[in-house]
Amino acid sequence: MGSYITKRLLLSIPLVLIISFVTFAFIHLSPLDPAEVVLHSQGIPQITDELLAQTRAKLGMDQPFLTRYLNWVVSCLQLDFGDSYITGKPVWSMLGPAFLHTVKLTLVSTFSIVLLSIALGVACAWKAGKWVDKSVRGVSFFLTSMPSYWLAALLIWYFSVKLDLLPTSGMESYKSYILPVAVITISYAGIYFRIIRSAMLSNMNEDYVLYARACGLPEKKITIHILRNSLQVAISVFCMAIPIILGSTVVVENIFAWPGLGTLSVKSILSRDFPIIQAYVLVLAVVFILFNTVSDIINVALNPKLRDGL
Amino acid sequence: MKRLQNVWKDKVAVLSLSIITVTTVAGIFAPFVAPNDPEEVHMELRFASASWEYLLGNDHLGRCVLSRLIYGIRPSMLWVFVALLLSVSIGSIVGFLAGYFRGKTDAFLMRVCDVILSFPGYVMTLAIIGILGVGFESLIIAFVLMKWAWFARIIRSSVMQYAESDYVKFAKAIGASNMAIMIRHIVPVALPDIAVISSSSFGSMILQISGFSFLGLGIQAPEAEWGMMLNEARDVMFSRPEFMLAPGLTIVIVVSAINYLSDALQVALDPKLMTSKHKQQGLEAASAVKLEGKGVA
Repeated sequence: MGSYITKRLLLSIPLVLIISFVTFAFIHLSPLDPAEVVLHSQGIPQITDELLAQTRAKLGMDQPFLTRYLNWVVSCLQLDFGDSYITGKPVWSMLGPAFLHTVKLTLVSTFSIVLLSIALGVACAWKAGKWVDKSVRGVSFFLTSMPSYWLAALLIWYFSVKLDLLPTSGMESYKSYILPVAVITISYAGIYFRIIRSAMLSNMNEDYVLYARACGLPEKKITIHILRNSLQVAISVFCMAIPIILGSTVVVENIFAWPGLGTLSVKSILSRDFPIIQAYVLVLAVVFILFNTVSDIINVALNPKLRDGL
Repeated sequence: MKRLQNVWKDKVAVLSLSIITVTTVAGIFAPFVAPNDPEEVHMELRFASASWEYLLGNDHLGRCVLSRLIYGIRPSMLWVFVALLLSVSIGSIVGFLAGYFRGKTDAFLMRVCDVILSFPGYVMTLAIIGILGVGFESLIIAFVLMKWAWFARIIRSSVMQYAESDYVKFAKAIGASNMAIMIRHIVPVALPDIAVISSSSFGSMILQISGFSFLGLGIQAPEAEWGMMLNEARDVMFSRPEFMLAPGLTIVIVVSAINYLSDALQVALDPKLMTSKHKQQGLEAASAVKLEGKGVA
């Protein structure tokens, strides 16, 4: 097990390096000159060649590509992602708090997704083929075909405008969490509960269940056994869910004006604030890889059959 | 295509297919189907309710909502289909090369796919749009760039399974060329798999791409697109919530039809799904497909 963890961790290092390189190179593929963007955003009316050259020197653009890349990696390791082109503030001072807000939203949502999908999954597997199962699956099919931003707008209209119960946007109190979390939960629980349901169903057909039943074990205890084995599948799936949700709260954040990464990234894309885009991609990619690695390790810890795979 | 006959017996599947066909035809022939010019502004008709000339009423600039919905089929559905087709084609080529030749080709191509798949898809799509500049072309390019690797992965495993079958070994033994084996013996059997995979991502891709347009990162005004129409409706959400209905319902109906048909197709093309033990695995694979394709929250 120990050697597996070391190998798996070592494997993720080149991946992080590749990603940092791609992220850095990406920005330089852009047809726009960063110096021009900076000058434009500062509202300088006449952009002379001299001024452009000065700005380029200030941004360090006159150095060779690899030198710049190495400098960038070293400073990124110290959480220094440069300054925003638009506001001039350090990127981390904007990205850090936004990241925290998104993490909060993600964790609360994941928690509610896990609860809801386990409850629905178990209920549907228990009553497979009955009306509970059919109706839950029908509703979830309908909800997965619904654009989440539309769902969000409908919820805002009903709960915030018509009933005036919940805030429409922002992040002031615990009440602000309810709607965004509900939208994220509804869009994902429909997928995850199916995984739990099918894991439960396939476990029900296993020989150990037959054996337990033959031994005269009470149904309640058998259910607990089935649940435990089915949750193994669920754990790794949910581990992977966290980074997926973290990276895809963009739409929900924008609708609810949540001061998180999604809102920040869309804003910086629209204003071409490259350092922020760069830092955003890098941070999320690293988090993504980290979670992939952790969920692989958990998977292997739960299922020793996978250990030979590497 | 005897297996497809089962799809015909399913009434909902037939309904779904007709919805998709009608939408596609209406989109292709939009100029003939749409009652009005989608971009013609009538300030005196702002927020007018439904009339005989404007069946679904007029939006905040007095433009015909129905015509905008019909023209919106093109970017929201047809171009998404093109993007899907492109990424599936790239994925198929890579998947066939890797799954058939194996060895070093396979190892190299799969490492490339691994790297692309280890990027968070949604974030990278945003990044590519950020670099290429906001616009519908950038959005489509970003999607193709991020999706093909995933198709390649699945198609590879499907091809691999057929490439090791006895009849392929036999064809090799009698000296058939690699190209001939692939086209004659592997493409026909792998095609249903490819169809199922791509159709199950189609619905979620429509949702995602309209989501980006909703954020203002896709198609730009004044062109009509469903996500974009919802974005425009959002501005007047508090005073005129009914404008959210038409584009929203259109998306829900079209995507439900596509998802239903893709599920029906999957059951029809993969009889293994019907037997008890494989059924669970099949369902799991299907939800994994949706999960990966999803990403809009």
